[in-house]
Amino acid sequence: MYDSVILRSVSRLMLPILLLLSVFMLLRGHNLPGGGFIGGLVASCAVILQMVAFGPTFARRVLPANYLAMAAVGVIFAASWGLPALLGGQPFLTALWLPEPIPGVGKIGTPVLFDVGVFLTVIGVTTQIALLLSEEPLLFPMERGPARDEGAPRA
Amino acid sequence: MANHLFLPFIVPIFGAALAVLLGQRRPLARAAVLASVLFNVGYGGWLLWLVISGGRLVAQASGWPAPFGISLVADALGATMLLVAALLMLGTLLYGRASTGPIYDSPFYEPLLLLLLLGVSGAFLTGDLFNLYVWFEVLLMASFGLITLGGTRAQLVGGLKYVVLNLFGSTAFLIGCGLIYGLAGTLNMAHLGERMAALRQPGLSTAIAGLFLFAFGSKAAIAPLFFWLPDSYHTPPPAVTAIFSGLMTKVGVYALYRVFGIVLPGELALIAPLILALAGVTMVVGVIGAMAQMNIRRILSFHIVSQIGYSIMGLGLASAAGLAAGLLFTTHVMIVKAALFFLGGAVEQVAGTGDLKKLGGMARREPALATFWFLGILSLAGIPPMSGFFGKLALLQAGVAQGQLLITGVAAGVSLLTFFSMLKIWNEVFWKKSYEDMSKLPRVPLGLLLPGALLVLLSLAIGVGAGPISALSAQAGAQALDLSGYAQAVCGAGGCEAAVSDLMK
Repeated sequence: MYDSVILRSVSRLMLPILLLLSVFMLLRGHNLPGGGFIGGLVASCAVILQMVAFGPTFARRVLPANYLAMAAVGVIFAASWGLPALLGGQPFLTALWLPEPIPGVGKIGTPVLFDVGVFLTVIGVTTQIALLLSEEPLLFPMERGPARDEGAPRA
Repeated sequence: MANHLFLPFIVPIFGAALAVLLGQRRPLARAAVLASVLFNVGYGGWLLWLVISGGRLVAQASGWPAPFGISLVADALGATMLLVAALLMLGTLLYGRASTGPIYDSPFYEPLLLLLLLGVSGAFLTGDLFNLYVWFEVLLMASFGLITLGGTRAQLVGGLKYVVLNLFGSTAFLIGCGLIYGLAGTLNMAHLGERMAALRQPGLSTAIAGLFLFAFGSKAAIAPLFFWLPDSYHTPPPAVTAIFSGLMTKVGVYALYRVFGIVLPGELALIAPLILALAGVTMVVGVIGAMAQMNIRRILSFHIVSQIGYSIMGLGLASAAGLAAGLLFTTHVMIVKAALFFLGGAVEQVAGTGDLKKLGGMARREPALATFWFLGILSLAGIPPMSGFFGKLALLQAGVAQGQLLITGVAAGVSLLTFFSMLKIWNEVFWKKSYEDMSKLPRVPLGLLLPGALLVLLSLAIGVGAGPISALSAQAGAQALDLSGYAQAVCGAGGCEAAVSDLMK
């Protein structure tokens, strides 16, 4: 954690922007650069940025989630979307698409839903690793929440 | 199309994720893990039966046609290894549940075991070279977790060596994948085999063969790349050591068989003398290293290295008979080695030490354990009617038939030294009188005895049923070297090159 006013101000702004960007990345990923993995990394960047600027306690509070469970749910969710093809007599993970694209979201099929699972797994794993490392008292002894007058988001 | 080939991955990945999710509700999490391992055991047996009776089974992931997508191929070699891996995992699971200790109680211990099973199952079934690399990463990640779970100082020291050498091996594997892809333009093993035979780039393909030999050799712990193994394998709890001895090095052996049998058979003929020399050195160095040790699991760890020499000797003979004998031996040693680690671990857990000097009197105190241990070392040394005899006999017969008398002689001599070194454990732990009062020690619980005892009985059963089992291994050895049959199964009747020109139209 760095004690810097600029970093704190910017990371506050970046939290919603990065989270939105991650969803954008996730949804375009099956045909264009992006996807669940990249989207997940961007989303975990949003949380890790809070951790760098304000410390791990605040980062856990600003987006309260059980990241380990999120990773496990992501794995189950991703793997589940390979099963419809298998039950229909096709190989595991064969892509099945809705015939018409949904307005505003785009074409929806099992690869998109698979990517959602990857997205959750990547957020869960990377954020959990970063938070656990920064909570290691021997590695990062100092910790400070946001000062009141810096206008940090009210938790 | 055999779409059920995906099941041995799907079930463990769901099991592991559910077990993590149910971490706090321990009985449910344990039930999920046990159910998925039991499924893999049953599936492995069924698949082996299907493969023996009907030949190779193939599935294409996501429905992409071979050789462009990732193919899954089950042949007798892969299916046998799949079944034995699942059986050993079941033994490990039951052994862990019968023992006590902080690591066995960790919420991540059993999910990591399942991920290890996922990785080895994938490695045994994939027909794609890069996908093989990915499965290696999966099983290595799980093993890194297992070997350092608990985080004691000795574990971290041993784990560091393990991680560093395995990363070197993986890097060499990846570089080899890149080179062979640049050379042949494909990663499907069947297609690679066809193209490597047609390309005739002797210098480059020998370099690639050398890289693969280094990569898989370091994972299989052949000399001179074995030093990480005895340093790290005795540090985790006994159940983890047992499953590592059963699976980790044997996946390296399997990869050597597969890659040199299908992808680079031309190079195998060229470097076979080198492989035989390495096999001989591995046998001798491993068994001599074991003699200097005075700790049960360290001795057994050095014997893993020594036994790998025999498995590699099967490859170095570069013939269907050699590979068949190597497979029979590898299967035997997976089972017996895990059994000895279970039984030795039970002694260690009850007596609180694995030091030969401090132990003694176990034959009188635990007669059942001693009996199974003695049968196990008879099997490891190669005394009939145990499975080790038939594994070694097949290897020696293949060696003599091909005129490789030197390596055959070394293999026979090392068997004697193996028996001698095993008798040292027998004498010190079981036979000699204890200096201390053994009557205060707790008895070995049935749960700790059972996995090892059942595996020893399985070894005996393999020895008794050696006729059909060596017929099976002969079939597996012939299949492992049969490139055109493999390519026809994966890509269709015309082979992979014809499939490519069809698909490109």
